[in-house]
Amino acid sequence: MTSNHLAFIAGAFEHPTRKAIDKTVAQLHAESALGALADAGLTKEDVDGYFCAGDAPGLGGMSIAEYLNLNLTHTDSTETGGSSYLIHVGHAVQAIAQGKCKVALITLAGRPRADGATMAQATPRALLPPEESFERPYGPVIPALYAMAAKRHMYEYGTTSEQLAWIKVAASHHAQHNKHAMLRDVVSVEEVINSPIIADPIHRLDCCVVSDGGGAVIVVSPEVARDLGDRCVGIKAHAEAVKHLSGGYFDLTFTGAVVTGPKAFAEAGIVPTDIDYASIYDSFTITVLETVEDLGFCQKGKGGAFVADGNLISGVGKLPFNTDGGGLCNNHPTNRGGMTKVIEAVRQLRGEAHPNVQVNNCGLALVHGTGGAISTRMGSATLILERNDA
Amino acid sequence: MQDRTYPDPTPNLETEPFWAAAKDEKLLLKYCRTCGKAHYYPRAVCPLCGSTETEWREASGRGEIYSFTQFRRAPVPYVLAYVTLIEGPAMLTNVVDCEFDDLKIGQPVGVTFRDTQAGFKLPVFRPV
Ligand SMILES: [Zn+2]
Repeated sequence: MTSNHLAFIAGAFEHPTRKAIDKTVAQLHAESALGALADAGLTKEDVDGYFCAGDAPGLGGMSIAEYLNLNLTHTDSTETGGSSYLIHVGHAVQAIAQGKCKVALITLAGRPRADGATMAQATPRALLPPEESFERPYGPVIPALYAMAAKRHMYEYGTTSEQLAWIKVAASHHAQHNKHAMLRDVVSVEEVINSPIIADPIHRLDCCVVSDGGGAVIVVSPEVARDLGDRCVGIKAHAEAVKHLSGGYFDLTFTGAVVTGPKAFAEAGIVPTDIDYASIYDSFTITVLETVEDLGFCQKGKGGAFVADGNLISGVGKLPFNTDGGGLCNNHPTNRGGMTKVIEAVRQLRGEAHPNVQVNNCGLALVHGTGGAISTRMGSATLILERNDA
Repeated sequence: MQDRTYPDPTPNLETEPFWAAAKDEKLLLKYCRTCGKAHYYPRAVCPLCGSTETEWREASGRGEIYSFTQFRRAPVPYVLAYVTLIEGPAMLTNVVDCEFDDLKIGQPVGVTFRDTQAGFKLPVFRPV
């Protein structure tokens, strides 16, 4: 095995539930953790580092650490929305490299479907974010925020709804093979652009699903990975960035991936064409389109042409993406898609994806997360992962 | 286009003058005395240069649409937009008194105000 990585992903688990009426959020975190530990061949007694984001109930990681009865020497609850879990992987690598822990557990879980829309709680006045009165009264719902980025991208680069629709089409081709996916029917470009408009120019089928669920990954030191064997996946690079509205001087046609892509490729010492498989955050089709441009898979503004004609479909195109069906068709647990992006990349590098979507000889995978919202504030994170014997 | 109900802002120590002026149908911007630039949303600390020497000035209320959408799933569909003010910064807002299908990126707009539920006024824009 290669030993030049600072840390490895040893375990990954995607909770099979998509509507968790009979489980608590803490229980979903715990079941996901146990699933990932079993996948790694470890137990919870081995865990000395715990990472979670704001979906974990309680203050930071302490309540779930107590629920699972973990004995920790390191914890981190960095919160960037749906991209948090990629950042946790990167921070776990740093913590392991510095000797702060050896086995890091990262969990995500939630049940927005089971809870309905009744969970919104008033934020105490002193904790309101400083921008909120300049946004909330205008009704900045998430699809509308992404729609404004799409509208501007269309205006500047001539991107079309048909091109955006190809992203959903590709995801649906993959989801048909995933028995857990919420949307398993293959859809056409026409079906996407004829679905109802939610916020112009975003159609219903340009949006991800809303689902319950969870997931977990285990990041371990090279010494632990050596004992666990070749199913461990090397973490080759990690980069993160925050992009926001910059005091009112901004451009909605790109994402924080313009920073994280080049940094991650430089750290890995590779170029975009070296990537065999990509998990790309897909809250909406426009999220994917801007991201593939920003990561350097194509020129800025040419994302529409790049994603068209099945170029993202495994076995068909140049950049197989989200082979589990992604957030667009499979699963977007508690509105946070970063964890499942990491998990599918691990499956691909192990050769454990569904045979109909498995990339041949998959040696290098990229994972990209976009948390928060393009059009306001986003936490962007890129990981580059490597097969253990590559 | 039918109008919607506008939620209230929550003024705080930094933004009280903005919302007080809005009640008089004036749009204020925060300017920096050090770098001379306007920023948005208004802060006590200039986000462009880090100076704490900032001051309120009345804005022209003129700008152009940077991007926009119509959220159709609301009980009363509304237009969400970013408007780039001629003073420089862009602000999130609604565009009112318009036919959605006639709106365009780059279109000139001017400020107007809408009453909120508890009696504040919210700066919004309409085509000019
Ligand atoms: Zn300044």
